[in-house]
Amino acid sequence: MVSAAAAQGRLFFSGADANPADVHPEVRALPDQRERTGTLGHFFPSTIKNHQSKILAGVTSASHLAVRPAPEMLSSGIAAINALTGGWPRGCLTEICGPASSGRTTLLLAALAAATRHGEFCVLVDASDALDPRSAADAGVELDRLLWVRCGEDAPQKLNQGCPISRASFAREVGTFSQPAFHLDRTGLKKTDFKENRSKETGLEKTRWKENRSEHRLEQALHATDLLLESGGFGLVVLDLSDLPPQQARRIPLTTWFRFRRAVENTSTVLLAIAQHPIAGSCSSLQLQLAPTNGPIHGWNNNPFAAGSLFPKPGHAHLLTGLEVTAELMRSRLERKPSRSTAAFASKTAWAG
Amino acid sequence: MTQSCNESIGIMPFACIYVPNFPVAAALRAEPELRTRAVAILEGKPPLEIILAVNDQASRLGMAPGMTKPQAELCPELVLRPNSALQNSAAHAALLDCAQSFSPCVEDAACDTALLDLAGMESLLGPLPQIARALRDRAAALGLDAYIAVASNPDTAVLAARGLWGAGLCGAGTVARAAVTVIPPGEEADRLGSLPLQVLFADRVAGEEKKESDRLLETRLLEIQMLETLDRWGIRSLRALAALPEVALSERLGQPGLRLQQLARGAASRTLVPVEAPLIFEEAVELEYPIVLLEPLAFLLNRLLDQLCARLASRALAVQELHLTLSLENRPPFHQQSKISNPQFHRTLRLPLPMLDPKLFLKLLQLDLNAHPPGAPIVKILLAAEPARPRPGQAGLFLPPSPEPEKLELTLARLAALVGGNKVGALELLDTHHPEGFRLRRFMTASHHQPPKTKKTEKEKQEIKEVGTEELPEKEAKEHPAVTALRRFRPALRATVTLDEGQPAQVVCAKTKTIQGSVLWKAGPWRSSGDWWEREAWSRDEWDIALQNNAPQNASSISLYRLVHDLLEGAWFVEGTYD
Repeated sequence: MVSAAAAQGRLFFSGADANPADVHPEVRALPDQRERTGTLGHFFPSTIKNHQSKILAGVTSASHLAVRPAPEMLSSGIAAINALTGGWPRGCLTEICGPASSGRTTLLLAALAAATRHGEFCVLVDASDALDPRSAADAGVELDRLLWVRCGEDAPQKLNQGCPISRASFAREVGTFSQPAFHLDRTGLKKTDFKENRSKETGLEKTRWKENRSEHRLEQALHATDLLLESGGFGLVVLDLSDLPPQQARRIPLTTWFRFRRAVENTSTVLLAIAQHPIAGSCSSLQLQLAPTNGPIHGWNNNPFAAGSLFPKPGHAHLLTGLEVTAELMRSRLERKPSRSTAAFASKTAWAG
Repeated sequence: MTQSCNESIGIMPFACIYVPNFPVAAALRAEPELRTRAVAILEGKPPLEIILAVNDQASRLGMAPGMTKPQAELCPELVLRPNSALQNSAAHAALLDCAQSFSPCVEDAACDTALLDLAGMESLLGPLPQIARALRDRAAALGLDAYIAVASNPDTAVLAARGLWGAGLCGAGTVARAAVTVIPPGEEADRLGSLPLQVLFADRVAGEEKKESDRLLETRLLEIQMLETLDRWGIRSLRALAALPEVALSERLGQPGLRLQQLARGAASRTLVPVEAPLIFEEAVELEYPIVLLEPLAFLLNRLLDQLCARLASRALAVQELHLTLSLENRPPFHQQSKISNPQFHRTLRLPLPMLDPKLFLKLLQLDLNAHPPGAPIVKILLAAEPARPRPGQAGLFLPPSPEPEKLELTLARLAALVGGNKVGALELLDTHHPEGFRLRRFMTASHHQPPKTKKTEKEKQEIKEVGTEELPEKEAKEHPAVTALRRFRPALRATVTLDEGQPAQVVCAKTKTIQGSVLWKAGPWRSSGDWWEREAWSRDEWDIALQNNAPQNASSISLYRLVHDLLEGAWFVEGTYD
């Protein structure tokens, strides 16, 4: 602790005003010199140097980066994942990747259930409109606390502020409803014309239409995520891009992920992105790769079509009881280093008991 | 005014809020950009329109009430506006709101005048001059340029307020004039003495005059005759009237004359007739030309919302619902007279919580109108607010953060505009076995200010005490095991299924190449049906199947699907994937 006077590089001795505790020992050791200087202030170069060094010791240099504190963690709802990663870091982007039937949605619902149980408000931006409400309820998600944004192609047509109040008058004035063929929006994706006349579609046009539909959904999902992160206050925001074709997911500009990461930084929001392959690059603080363990089904050995099975069992003799999933930690930019990089967990179907 | 003055004032001070040229003030409230210009209000059916009221600037140009429209149009600087009953009533309601925000005892003295009892208000709101200035400021915030007078009796306050405006009008060349006055008790006669006699017979608004009964009209005629008589006597100020001998005045003019003299002396006393101002918050604007674009409509809505919110704020209320009514242009076919009134377009904005943010309301209305355009040019806008008490400020200190209601509402509206109104919300499961038995309802955070109720056993409480924190993720994870989730394809993918002994052996999904191949494993069928008494009956067999993943990136993996056989239609669908 340095006194204010010392911090200014000045030290005054004014008799009754001077506090002996504030005076440097070197100065206290020179009573004669103090007497010689009288009651007015006096400078000692060595004293100034000592105090300057003390001051500099308490100041962080601009060339040194501040130490980033370890983020708070939100429970993932699965013990194995909690043991592997400590949960989901708040204020960070976490990526969960894996193919179909690898347990991504199971992990997603477990996270939503854990967060809503703790009183957090959560959002699911569902790019493919794939959430099964029964599964969510079975997983223990408090549905009142979950905002579900279902992206789809039948969204209302966007109208700008300068649009006419009457669509008929618009048609009179402009003559057509055509939209700009190509332009870049905030997400960086290209909007393309939507063909009205589908009866004349060729195979190529069909493919193009499908791509456009996926692009439209992706654009909606990214825009919705932007709005929700800007709004703030949610404990968990999930961007579900699981069913999006990987080639389209990779076309999301990196700046979008940087923006998302920046939006959640220094907040208590967990941003969870789920896709088939890693797409956020270095923006994700945590990256988890999921894969089914051996056979994806409990009792896979009872496969009726397995080699050597002379009497295949009928279908009703089997029951899908759950999945076994292996999670591998691909990236962690957190302070806490995991002791191992893989974890396995099992999920049960609701009817398995 | 000094403190001693306030102390010397009696125990029953009254304040009067007077808005001169009320029709002009109502028009200027709707169009604040005209405040610096000369404005005249017209009344009557074309072409016999006459000027009803003018503002000070128009008076300086020589305009006066009673002039005809052609005469007024000779002055190019003059802005002419029709008299609007809707605007007048909104301005009158704003005047009463202003008074009611200071005192519960308010008298609706006239369309342009409100009286309020300030007894006991000094301890709450400060000395009387301060209250008077606050009244003036509040009226200005509500869009009204008012004159405030405080006196020991209501009539003196009214005369003083009208006299203030009259004095200002006489000295039209002066820039600044006092809009506030406080008359100490005993000085009423002196302070009112200089006022002209016309103050006692202040002009009433023409609209109000029409509604008066015949008896009141007779009284009005008598007053005019009395004024003419006094003018012939050379009595032109209140001081002169107050100095007349009472007996002689009574002999010549009777009781009305004495009543006038008491008013002139500031000695008339009466009790207020308090009114309970109804909680009706409406603002309207009638347009000269129909609006065809949303952008100019937003400007008008912004103005109306500002006025509405200012009125609600003065009454310490917030908005629970907003009702927007637009009168649309009803253009009849060529050479046909339209006898049908203009069609109405209604939109209602229901808020989850009482709010009072005009910018938020404007944005919500804009988004709503974008999604639901009126469909025809607009000629009249009526905006009404359903008032409610403001919500308490803070929920809980130790609760997890939740979205701010205002921001959330705007975000939800934007999301609805982005993906569709029926695609955003909170899930609600229906009491049915139908696979899509759910609906979306409005997402709200208001009902969740209480922490989630979780019953804890004594053992758990002991564990929490030992650990020192409530976060027990491992324990929690054990208690709530992961549930295998289904991802649905919406709509379900139609598939061609080859059966082997009644069981699916091969699946080909035409829409996607990834769901094709031999069935590696299967479980089922699980039969379900329902709603057989409805037209939307359903009956189905469900199979859980495993297929080789045909995606090029994940060729080695196996995927699990739910295959559904629609027994009514006879078709097969891939409903979703287990993930």
